[in-house]
Amino acid sequence: MPTLSYRDASLAAIQHSMREDSTVWCVGEDLGRGGVFGQYKGLREEFGEARISDAPISEAAIMGAAFGAAMIGTRPIVEMRFSDFALCATDELVNQIAKARFMFGGQSRAPMVIRKPMGLWRSSAAQHSQSLESWYAHIPGLVVVCPGTPQDNYSMLMAAIACDDPVVYLEHKGIWDLEGDVDFSKKYEFGKAEIRREGSDVTIVSWSNTANLAMEAAEALSNQGVSAEIIDLRSLWPWDKEAVLKSVAKTGHLVVAHESVAVGGFGAEIVATVAEKAGHTLKGPVRRLGAPRSLVSYAPNLEDMLRVTSEMMVTAAQETLKKAS
Amino acid sequence: MTSAGHNFERGRSLLEMMERIRAFEEQACLAAERDQLVLGAIHPSIGQEAVAAGIMHNLKKEDILLSTHRGHGHTLAKGASSLAMMRELLGREGGCCGGKGGSMHIADFDVGMLGANGVVGANITIAAGAAHAIKLLGDNRIVVDIFGDGAINRGPFLEGMNWAVVFKLPILFVCEDNQYSATTRTASMTAGDGAATRAVSLGMRSTTVDGNDVEAIADTAADIAARLRAGGPPEFLHAKTYRRTGHTSFDPATYRPANEATEEEKRSDPIKRQRAILQTAGMSEADTQSLHQSAQKEMIDILKEAANTPFPADATAFNDVQDIGSPAVEAY
Repeated sequence: MPTLSYRDASLAAIQHSMREDSTVWCVGEDLGRGGVFGQYKGLREEFGEARISDAPISEAAIMGAAFGAAMIGTRPIVEMRFSDFALCATDELVNQIAKARFMFGGQSRAPMVIRKPMGLWRSSAAQHSQSLESWYAHIPGLVVVCPGTPQDNYSMLMAAIACDDPVVYLEHKGIWDLEGDVDFSKKYEFGKAEIRREGSDVTIVSWSNTANLAMEAAEALSNQGVSAEIIDLRSLWPWDKEAVLKSVAKTGHLVVAHESVAVGGFGAEIVATVAEKAGHTLKGPVRRLGAPRSLVSYAPNLEDMLRVTSEMMVTAAQETLKKAS
Repeated sequence: MTSAGHNFERGRSLLEMMERIRAFEEQACLAAERDQLVLGAIHPSIGQEAVAAGIMHNLKKEDILLSTHRGHGHTLAKGASSLAMMRELLGREGGCCGGKGGSMHIADFDVGMLGANGVVGANITIAAGAAHAIKLLGDNRIVVDIFGDGAINRGPFLEGMNWAVVFKLPILFVCEDNQYSATTRTASMTAGDGAATRAVSLGMRSTTVDGNDVEAIADTAADIAARLRAGGPPEFLHAKTYRRTGHTSFDPATYRPANEATEEEKRSDPIKRQRAILQTAGMSEADTQSLHQSAQKEMIDILKEAANTPFPADATAFNDVQDIGSPAVEAY
């Protein structure tokens, strides 16, 4: 089993998919030279200019053209460079791609992957740091996934490329170099969370890089005698209610943590669902961690003010446990 | 102007299609206003039929078309069923889109019609992408993308046309210029010399044609289609016409001079012009009338039939959204 970085795991997924299916192609700015984060490195050499296609800085055209190409028999992988720039193509994604199949009465499909690197990344400030996954989870027609490990960035990208629905694929740009074992034979099933660590006292639900921080929090809690169960949701739509409800039924305590803004964040959806379906099983108040509703700064100390940390998760877990007793 | 005498059959067929489009939209307007059966907005193209008929005459079934919210004519001329279209306008079962799209989202993939669009200009990048895929797949189909004069002030006009030129795609962009952007005169909101000049600035070959002269449009489109099929670069066609109705069928268009539409009708109605050309070329009054009558009859009949078709089953509100995470399985 190879050890790969999060970046190279995605590269392998694209390489394997493109070898198997000649209708898969990639389009975006600077792909020919390997992509802005090196996540397409070497692909031009193997697959040529037409299938690893450079694009003008025209996000609306990249998204719209890929959609047109998806409707007549190809499987484009769309690179948006930074998830923030994808906002220039919001009409194409939200009004066109997400709606076409339904509006046209099932005549069309848009089998495409829309890669949108998101998240905090070393002093990139307000227009290069956002996590907007909850926006996309709100749009019927889209599948929304947030891989947080090299294994998932392989298995989930393979699944996304093979999927006949449009998949908003949100990689975290802070972890391109994160390494891990990758089993190429491991298949990802949409909507299945991964229990990254089993525990009995408190459930911490998270996704993307925040799930990695939750693993650190679990370690720290373990040193204090608290057994935390870490659920990496991986997919926001569909999302694994069953896994969350099952875990909460066991632990009775819930912490939800994400890097994106807490207000209107997907954590609220999870908490609301638990309240509706399993409120009676809760033994303490839920804790919801997300960024304050402010903007990401350039200065590192200010940037840190918006960060959800593993320490915050430890404190949140302690609070929910304390108030119960 | 090309003499219809050179190709009488083509001229007759162009007239027939324009009569059908006109009759369809007249019935659609009646269905909206008289019968209150069309519940949403419809955007008629009455007076603009020559563009649809002239261009589609040169497309094959497998060629691709993308259109606008004012797209009934384009869709019908591309070969869609008038009954399925009318059912769609009425939101009924068996409509082109199962009653989910209505007038603004009519599509018929079986005849290469990849959708009208409710967002002005949005079809331009999508059409470029369809042409992109055709090139990737090595097909020899061509794409026609039709938009209005209002669309040239949107970003996708630049992005999509630049894209098509950069990637040398087999696509014809058509600006069907009816002179109005919703309820505002486009000229008053457009800098410079407008559509064709902008296309030329991108290095595209651009042709300007009288948008009410169906023979001229058909000739021009035939030449362009031949060049595209031979591997030529994308082209642009500017067809100036006139929107006789308001923005929607319910819009009385009080923002323009009271006699403007009637003057335009007298001067340049594409159907009257084509009838005159064909009659000069020997078409009998009886034949002219029979084309008109059979178009009328077809559309009266399909409106009746559409009105007698049930609404779609409630459960279809949750179908065809997505396979993964389908609301038909779980919507919350």
